[in-house]
Parts: sequence; structure tokens; C-alpha cells
Amino acid sequence: MSDVRLRGFGWRHAGRRAWAVRGLDLDVRHGERVLLLGPSGAGKSTLLGALAGLLPEDSGESEGTIEIDGLDPRKARERVGIVFQDPQTQLVMARSGDDVAFGLENRGTPAGDIWPRVSDVLDRVGFPYSINRPTAMLSGGEAQRLALAGVLALRPGLLLLDEPTANLDPPGAALIRDAVARATGPETTLIIVEHRVAEVLPLVDRVVVLEPGGGVRADGAPEMIFAAYGDKLADEGVWVPGFGFPVLKSKSTSELLVRTEQATVTSRLAPVSMHAAAGEITAVTGPNGTGKSTLALLLGGLLAPDGGRVTAFGDRRPPHRWRATTLATRIGSVFQNPEHQFVTGRVTDELALGPRRIGRTSAETGRIVDELLHRLRLDRLADANPYTLSGGEARRLSVATALATAPRLLVLDEPTFGQDRRTWRELADLLAELRDDGHGIVAVTHDETFVRTLADRTVPLGEPAPDPLPRRSRP
Amino acid sequence: MSLSLTPIADPTAPLARRNPVAKAGAALLFTLPLIATVDPFTPAAALAVELLVLPFFGVRPGLLLRRALPLLLSAAGILVTMILFAADRSGETLLSLGPIDVTTGVLSTAGALILRIFAIALPGIVVFATTDPTDLADALIQNAKAPARFAIGALAAFRLIPLLGQEWRTLTLARRARGVDAGHNPLARLRLFTSTAFALLVGALRRGVRLAVAMDARGFDAGTPRTHARRQHFTTPDTVLLLAAALTAATIITTAVVLGFFQPIVG
Repeated sequence: MSDVRLRGFGWRHAGRRAWAVRGLDLDVRHGERVLLLGPSGAGKSTLLGALAGLLPEDSGESEGTIEIDGLDPRKARERVGIVFQDPQTQLVMARSGDDVAFGLENRGTPAGDIWPRVSDVLDRVGFPYSINRPTAMLSGGEAQRLALAGVLALRPGLLLLDEPTANLDPPGAALIRDAVARATGPETTLIIVEHRVAEVLPLVDRVVVLEPGGGVRADGAPEMIFAAYGDKLADEGVWVPGFGFPVLKSKSTSELLVRTEQATVTSRLAPVSMHAAAGEITAVTGPNGTGKSTLALLLGGLLAPDGGRVTAFGDRRPPHRWRATTLATRIGSVFQNPEHQFVTGRVTDELALGPRRIGRTSAETGRIVDELLHRLRLDRLADANPYTLSGGEARRLSVATALATAPRLLVLDEPTFGQDRRTWRELADLLAELRDDGHGIVAVTHDETFVRTLADRTVPLGEPAPDPLPRRSRP
Repeated sequence: MSLSLTPIADPTAPLARRNPVAKAGAALLFTLPLIATVDPFTPAAALAVELLVLPFFGVRPGLLLRRALPLLLSAAGILVTMILFAADRSGETLLSLGPIDVTTGVLSTAGALILRIFAIALPGIVVFATTDPTDLADALIQNAKAPARFAIGALAAFRLIPLLGQEWRTLTLARRARGVDAGHNPLARLRLFTSTAFALLVGALRRGVRLAVAMDARGFDAGTPRTHARRQHFTTPDTVLLLAAALTAATIITTAVVLGFFQPIVG
């Protein structure tokens, strides 16, 4: 049980001009369950970092006071637990049980108490495997459950969750919410940052909205907050329940761009026959492990099928045999993680790279770059390093780089994944516009809103294919 | 590029289940003296001893061979290099390939080098093949009093290594999608390799930082004395293993000196 008390609290990261949070007055009493909202850039993650005692004094400048049970958070770290977005970078050990034990060892828990506490907390979060399960074999949702168990094993009075489901597919996210509900009792104070509001509402009894300029905009029971501020929050990117989107469907489709015939990749994708045409958006859906991303690589000409055929643009040669420069003028691929696609150190260079590779003159390249900067609202960031962009900006840039070589077909892997509502909206408008201009678009997605709003056709992939050979376990 | 570094041995074999620190220490004690000499006798004798104790580690020969593949390749490389470039062409000429004379002198120098590499590397390969990384970190902390910050930190970093292989493949595909490929131009290939490696490094650093923060948040290295969930014991047989390794190495070196094979690496 922990109390949180902030008075005029502010924090500015070293080397930044703007304050990440400022002028914050907030009291959270023990056992309260708070959802922390605000547009991106309002300093939600910084605030959680400060509460977890993870902002070293020399890493920035602070003002006002921040206290947990009357203590500086840096001295109250034993009372606080925090779970981050990415399960991969929270697990330390090779075996699941050892990972939960890791925190207990650090806190000096007597050796005899460690294993009973490990199995107790694994039961509480509903972890389905034995303690010897290799952490490398867990799915995202399972790994995040384990990370939660590792934090809960330390019995924190204050539990902080920093977008704990943003990296997970819907079933994985449901696992985590279920685990939080099961494993935290009234003795735990809870603060969650999450912009998928509807899903976490059952877990909270209070909503606090941060104002980007500083301070608290609104604070109260969820129903009241959404009645009073719902539309503004929705505009700012929060997924407020009850705010839908107009459906944007295709007006006319034209020629076929790509077709697969029983295309398959051993142990990753069962044979698929599908096609995509210009002027329509095709959504590829299905549970994890069915090979959606593999199909995107096949369609994008980035992977050779092990069986069956992929044909595109009436070319006799299959796309994976094309030169990269040919490929880029016909099919643009947008990867799930935008950072994988960045090659240069500047946004403008990033946009100019494709056109230069395919032999556009520098005048043409300049025109293309300017147009894309403007169209995707990246003007202000022209000289920024792509790696320093926010999630939404990086996503826009990765789509822009694919458009720079003017391909007719765009293949996107989870384009709307983890995006706030505002970026989502912009992407949806952009894709609808591209389609109406005659582009063909294939999107691999498990975002139901995307399918409902944009998809003209859906290709559902089935159950994961059984292994063709019995899996030989490595000793 | 996939790294599988899980143990490949029967964990109940009498030497495999010794304390990891004892195994690593024994490997060091045994191989370090070998560095002192450049004659072919010493590494040959050491290699013979190593092959004799191998069954007690329970390593499957086929898997060991695969793990030692880079070693075999480097041995082949040494042989070719020595045949082409060795300055010392003394001894009987066995074969003349144009301007290159393959003499007994060249072959014995190459042979000694290859034996040395095998004799020195094999114990290390066997120890790591029979040791679970977690056990090694535990033993380093509990028995060798290594700082947990170092041992657990290395272990955590180690867990992220397999991700790098996956990441490399994704980065390569993503570059092709951008219209960047090297074709057959070696210079373009080098440039592409460098830029991909840089992107890989940036990603690895970011992940490393995030992991370090998550470890901090769970009280790692916060000054509280750590307890140990898994015990590692250093017992008499472990001491015996260390002593035996040192004694055997001393015996081999002494024999080499007595028989007049010993050739110090310096002087």
C-alpha cells in the first residue's frame, strides 16, 4: 500500500529545452487504481519513470516535490514495481522461474523463501508452464505475464504499468489485463498508462488527464471524464470508447497487381492462394503464428516461396528475383518496426534515397521529397535524425519512404500497431487516398477497426500449420 | 547466423557435472602453460590427454565436431597460408608446385601451429559445451566471488544474442525493399554491410539500455546484499580437478624439457 504525493512537480531531461512534465499536483491514495491519460508528449512515461525512481539526479533537472509514502522515489524503490512495453527487454534469465527469482535475489530475500514465492506469483498471474520453461520459447503475451510476475513477486505497494499491452496482439493483451485483474488486490496502488482506454477501464476507478503544457487537465471518475472531455481527448489521440470512424471503402478496382498460387514457406506459411488489385485494400488477418508477416514478405518480393508461385505486374520473373531497384518502383514494403527500414541519418536523405537509387534526377528527387514531407506532415522534421522520431512520426516516415519510388502496390505489416488514435486516423486517411489514386494496398493486420473501416477484401489465414516433420528437440 | 550455445552434453557425466568455475579453471590451468612453447610435441601430448578425458565430459562427438568447425576451417587456412608464404623452406622437398616448394620443414611448422590451436581451444569448447550459462554465472558469483553486476549483466546480454541474428535478416530484407542492394559490386557490398551492421548496433544498444533500466527497476545492483536462489557448491572433487589439470600440464611441460623438445616462445 503506497501513497503518492506530487506538489508542483516538474522534470526536464538533460539537454532538452522543454519540460517533459511540469507543475503537477497530484495525490493518489493507497489502493486507488488510476488510468493516466494525455496526448503523446504530455510526459506520462516520464512521470512513471520518476515514480519508479528511475530518473537519476544527474540525468535532468527537477522542480517541486514527488513523494511515495513521504519518501523520495529513489529511496522508495523497494515499494514500487514497474512493467514496461517490450517483454523482450524485461526478461533477464534463460528459465522462467529463475527470472521471477531474479528480483527476489536482488532484494536479499532469504533463499528458503524464494521458490515458494516464485510459484505463488506464477499461479496468481496464470502462467501456464513449469518454472523450467525457457523464456525464449514464450509468446509475447506469455513473456509479458512473466515480466508482471517478476515485478509482483517483490510485493510492490505501488504498481506502475507503462503501456504494458502496446507490443502485444489482442489475445496477448487480453492475457495481461486478465493477469493484472487476478494478481493485484486492494492492497496495491495501481497507475496505468495506456491509450487503448476501453480495454483497461474495468481495471481502474479513476482517470487523470495530463495537460501537454504542464499540470493536470482533468481528474475524476471515468464516466465523468469521458462525458466532459471525451471528444477533445479523442482528437488528441486517445482511444476514447464510443468514438468510431466513418467507413472508407473502395469505389472501383482495376487490374490485378499480384497473385499467389498455393505459395508456401516451409514451417512458416501453409499454402495460400490470393490476389491483390489496384484500387482496393486487402487485409490479411489471422492469429499469430499463421504466417501473416511471411505472406507480406512473399508479396513484397523479399522472400522466395518454397512451393507454389508468386507472380506480379505481368512479369515472367517472380518478384523475389527482381533487382532491388525494379522492385522499389513496383512494390513498396512497410515493415512493422519502422526503424528497421531507416538507412540514413536525416529525414530528407531518407526520402531522397529511393528516387536516387532508381535514377531520378536531383531536381525530380527534390520535388518528390518536398511533396512527401508536406503530404505526411514531416516538414518540421526535415533535418531530424529518423531514429529520434516519435512512434507516430517514424511510422509516417516509413510509409513516405515506400511511396518515394512511386510503387503501384504497397504491402504493410501491422501499419496501425500501437499507434495512438490521431496517427491511426491520419494513416487511414492516407491509405484510403492512395487507394482512390489507383494504388493497390495489402495490409497484414489484427486491428479490427482497420478491417472494418478500410478493408475492401479480407484474406483470413487459418490455424497454424502443423509441423511437417515432428520437431526434434535440441538437447 | 544463429547461435545456439545451450549445453550439448549429458549433464550427468562425471566431469560435466563438476562446478563450472572448477571446469573453467581447470581448462585455463591446463592450456595456459602450452602457450610457453612452440614445439609440436607439447600440444600433441596435451591433445592426447584431452581426447582421453573427453568421454568423462559426456560430449557427443558429432555435436562437438560441429561446434569445432570454425577451428577446422582455421586449421585449413593455416596450412594453405604456410605452404604459400612460409619463409623457412628447410628440410626435404616433398612436392614442387611451380615456384612453391612444399618441404618437411614447412609441414612441421604448420603442423605444430595447428596442433597448438586445437590443444588450446578444445578445453574451452568442451567446458562451454557442458556448462549451462546460468550455472556458470551462479558459480562465478558464489564460488569465484565475481561481482554480480558483471556476471548477471553478461548473462542478460547473452540472452539477447539470438535476437541479433533475426534482426540482421530483417534489416537486410528492409534494405532490399528500399531499393538498396549491392548486386555484384564488392565496394557496394561492403558499404551495405557496414550500414546494416551500424543499424544492428544502434538497435542492440537501445535494447541494452531498456534491459538495464528494467533490471534496475527490479533492484539489481542497488547495494542490498544479494541472496542466491540456486546454490552452486565447490567441493573436494572440484579442487581435485583443478589440481589434476595443473599437475598434468606441469608433467607435459617437464617431459618436453627433459626430452629436449621444449622451444620457448620468447628468445
